[in-house]
Order: sequence, then structure tokens, then C-alpha cells
Amino acid sequence: MTDKPLLDVRGLKVDFLTAKGLFTAVKGVDFSIGRGEVLGLAGESGSGKSTIALALMRLHRPPAIISEGFITLDGEDVLAMTPERLRKWRWSSVSMVFQSAMNSLNPVLTIFEQFRDVIVRHTGVSTAEARARASELLALIGIPQSRLDDYPHQLSGGMRQRVVLAIALALEPKLIIMDEPTTALDVVVQREILQEIVELKRKFGFSILFITHDLALMGQFADRIAIMLEGKLVEVAPSAELIANPQHDYTRRLWSSMPLLTRG
Amino acid sequence: MQQVSELLRIEGATKIFHMKPMLGAAHEVVALNNISLSIRPGKALAVVGESGSGKSTLGRAVARLFQLSSGTIAFKGRDIAGMRSHAEKLDYLRSVQMVFQDPFSALNPAHTIRHHLERPLMLHRKLRGEALDSAVQEVCSDVELDPAVTLEKYPHELSGGQRQRVNLARALAVGAELIIADEPTSMLDVSIRRSVLDLMRRMKETRSITFLYITHDIATAQFIADDIAIMYAGQVVEWGTPNLVISNPQHPYTKLLLSAVPDPAIKLDGTGAKSFASEAQAVRALARKASPEVMEVQPGHFVRKFDPI
Repeated sequence: MTDKPLLDVRGLKVDFLTAKGLFTAVKGVDFSIGRGEVLGLAGESGSGKSTIALALMRLHRPPAIISEGFITLDGEDVLAMTPERLRKWRWSSVSMVFQSAMNSLNPVLTIFEQFRDVIVRHTGVSTAEARARASELLALIGIPQSRLDDYPHQLSGGMRQRVVLAIALALEPKLIIMDEPTTALDVVVQREILQEIVELKRKFGFSILFITHDLALMGQFADRIAIMLEGKLVEVAPSAELIANPQHDYTRRLWSSMPLLTRG
Repeated sequence: MQQVSELLRIEGATKIFHMKPMLGAAHEVVALNNISLSIRPGKALAVVGESGSGKSTLGRAVARLFQLSSGTIAFKGRDIAGMRSHAEKLDYLRSVQMVFQDPFSALNPAHTIRHHLERPLMLHRKLRGEALDSAVQEVCSDVELDPAVTLEKYPHELSGGQRQRVNLARALAVGAELIIADEPTSMLDVSIRRSVLDLMRRMKETRSITFLYITHDIATAQFIADDIAIMYAGQVVEWGTPNLVISNPQHPYTKLLLSAVPDPAIKLDGTGAKSFASEAQAVRALARKASPEVMEVQPGHFVRKFDPI
């Protein structure tokens, strides 16, 4: 394979057109994600990290516009895609897991129907085949097949987040964007799900853009960490380095702002 | 029992909710199962547990938002369920204040910060005119907000951390002795969490405010609390001083919880994913069993008896 990164972002700038004029939420960022790599993106709310996530999938809506920059995924220019190509490309090449699973699952559809929507639309298989694929995916994340016909409210928070993850995996995308995937869960469930993600990643080889504000969690999970402040990346470094030897003032401030557990 | 040395004593608190859903059979949920804890004046007790463990129900019971099914909660030696006179109830409601998780919905968006701080001072301390104004200035500075800048602002003009400071100021304004803080920092940005926790710690240390700190984050509990209680499925499974509980955990659930706290020094490699999940399941099943017996591990460190896994 090539040494080229899977995702390459150059000079990305995202503007919001507001009544008070132009607000630049993302001020020209450059980063890349290698194949099978986990890149962590940290920063406080309003720093532009979720805007980046949406822009990568071209899911940003007006008043947000990408005013400058390039996004290349697997050699393909994302910003040049036609609407039709975009529809196919989303979910089959890049998928996304949002923070609140309850809000990303449709409450009036069963779990299977949510899988079916994604699988049938993108691959054109029959309902029966989609059902077989959905059971397979549920098995991967350790949820019994009998839950396929349940509604989201019948599942626990951790199970719902697993279902969202399984739907994101359905078409074996090359990149999964995870925006605070475990923030709403307690630490034990969080650990269970992250362990599962690492295992699945090894099996399928996808890359992850992992967005969170929990630096300790990021250190455990990401290969490299990028720190964002007011629309700019202020520091990008391998996790171990960023933990042991943060260079930027803001990174140091972020670390010191979290009480860490001192054991024994 | 030394009643004087304890500000709040919870004894055998049990709360059973009777659920009668529109569809399906009526059933009972034991939200609190025989909880006994106490808080010393000027100290902080942290109740740590996951969602559904009953920690917020406990906070609400102390705030007298509902009656217990059995057991008692005594404030300065007086059973709060036995308070009959209006004056006595009002005095309790003034002494015990709550600060909630969401700092925005706790403030009225249509009123200024001044309004939020004036009302408790007028209602509870009957202040008017200049005395009122200087009291407002004072509580505002007490939570490290600049009165000149903050008072005429509306909630939406403040950051989450500033709003949470206003909520703490409001509790101070009525002269609270015990503040029940239910996840006060979990909706705040990481970079300001520490400063709100620091403020709470200073309120405790310099003004002898007592805290019942409810959280899912054991690291912040360690940061602020003098005593820590680990809750699961309506029971306190282990309690004691933070150092004893964290450095020498006894109950399997406490151990599981501590092992799951993210430690940046340990990289997850996916090995042991299945064994962690099955261990977690076994521990949850075990911790869910009601167990009336308690052991004292060492002075000041207690654990509920459990069956070996």
C-alpha cells in the first residue's frame, strides 16, 4: 500500500455568515490521518472541533461555508464531489458516531429498521439480506440478535451507543468520525465500548477521528493528539509525547485544569 | 451517637418508587436501599455512582423534595420529615440549598443576575435598599465574580462556569449551611471545571460550608471530598476517607470503577476487551444484590459484605 495518509486536510477554513458579519470558526487547519490511525482532537466547546467533523463529511449547513482549503480522502477530492457522489460516499467511506445515541437513533423505528435504512439504500440488497447483515453487526458488538426488533428506548444508554457504532460500521468505512462517543456514559461502560472499538479497528483496519474534551481518555485511546484553540490547531503530537512533554501553554493549561485520580 | 458533631445524618434511608406505566405491569423500583451516611459540618461528602445508582435520588431526599419510604434524615439532630411548623420548614429549606448540573436551565433567562441574587436576599433575609445592594455585591464577590461587570448581565451573556458561580452565590445569599451539588461541573468545559471545584473547596475551607457532592467522576470526588461513598443500585457499597477507599478498595464494584477511570499512561490495545466486559457484568450482578451486612475494613473505612465472585 501507499504511505500516503488516508485523510489529508490542508488549509481548511470554515466561515459562518452571521448578522454581525463573518465569523471564522476554523481558521486554516492542516492535519492528516494515516490508515488505521486514531487521531484525537481535543479542545473546549466553541473551539471548532465539531465544525471540523461536520465539514469533513460535508455535513455542515448554512450559515457555515467552507471558504478555503482541501480535503482529500483516499486520493479523492471531497470538496469537488457532486451531490450524488456525496450521498454514496457518506457512510460507505466515512461514517460518524455522535455524542448522544438517543438523538441519533430514530425513536419510532426499530433497531433493524435503522440498519435497513443504511444498508438497503447504499447496497441495494434485499430486506432479508440486510437483516442477516444487521444480526452479524450486532453480534460483533455483543448485543443479542433478539434485540433487532426492539425500539431504542428499550435499550440502555451503553447498548444504544453500541448500536450507533454498529450502524457506523455497517458498510465498512475507511474512516469513522466519533464526536464525544462516550461522554454521556459512565466510566465502566465507556471502557467496555472503547475496548470493543479498539478490537474492531484491529479487525477491520479503519481510521478514527476521535473528538473529546477528556484528555486522559484521549491519551489512552489515540495514537496522536491535536489540540484545538479558537479555530486553530495549536499542538499536534504523538499521545505519549503530548502527555509527557506538552509544548504549548494551552495544552499545559488543559492538563492542569483536570483533577486526575491519584492512586495509592 | 454523637449528634452534635454531625450536621446531617442519614439513617436507613429507603425509597421505593411505585411505577404504574400506561402499558405493562406496575412494578417497584428500589432507588435507595437502607442508606446510612453522615456529614460533618464544614466537610464534604462525595457520593459517587453511575447513572441510575440512586445518587441523585439521595440528594433530592436530603433536599426534602419527597418523603422517604422508610428511614430518617436528621439535620442538626432533628428529623426533617418531622418538621411541622412553617417556620421550621422554611429554616431547613434555607439552610439546605441545591446546585444542579445544568447551569443554564437553573437560571431564568429573562432576568439579570442581580435579580437572581436579590430575590433570595429579600425573601429569606428581608433585606431592602442599601443593605440589599451591598449584600448582592458581597455574595457576587464571594464567588469571585466582578459585581460591576456581572450584575446587570443576563444568564446568556455568561459562560457556563460563571453561571455555576451565580448558582453557588444564590445558595450563599440565603445563608446555606449545606449545599447539595449534583454534578455541578459535568456540563462545564474542562478548562474551567477545576476553577469551580477550587471555589467550592475554598467555600468549604474558609466559610465552613458543608457539601453533599454528587458525581460520577471519582477523580473530582477525591479532589474535593473529606469522605467518599460509592453507590451502586441504590446501595452504598463502600465508604470512608477518599485515600483509604481509593488506595485500598475492597468491594468488587469499587475496584471495577477505579480500574475503568481513564489513565493516560495506559494505552488501550483491545486485548482483554471480552474479559473486561464479562468481569464488569459479573461485578454488576453481584453489586446489585441487597446486602444488609457491613464490615469495618479499618477505622474510617467500611464495605458492604459481598459474596465472592
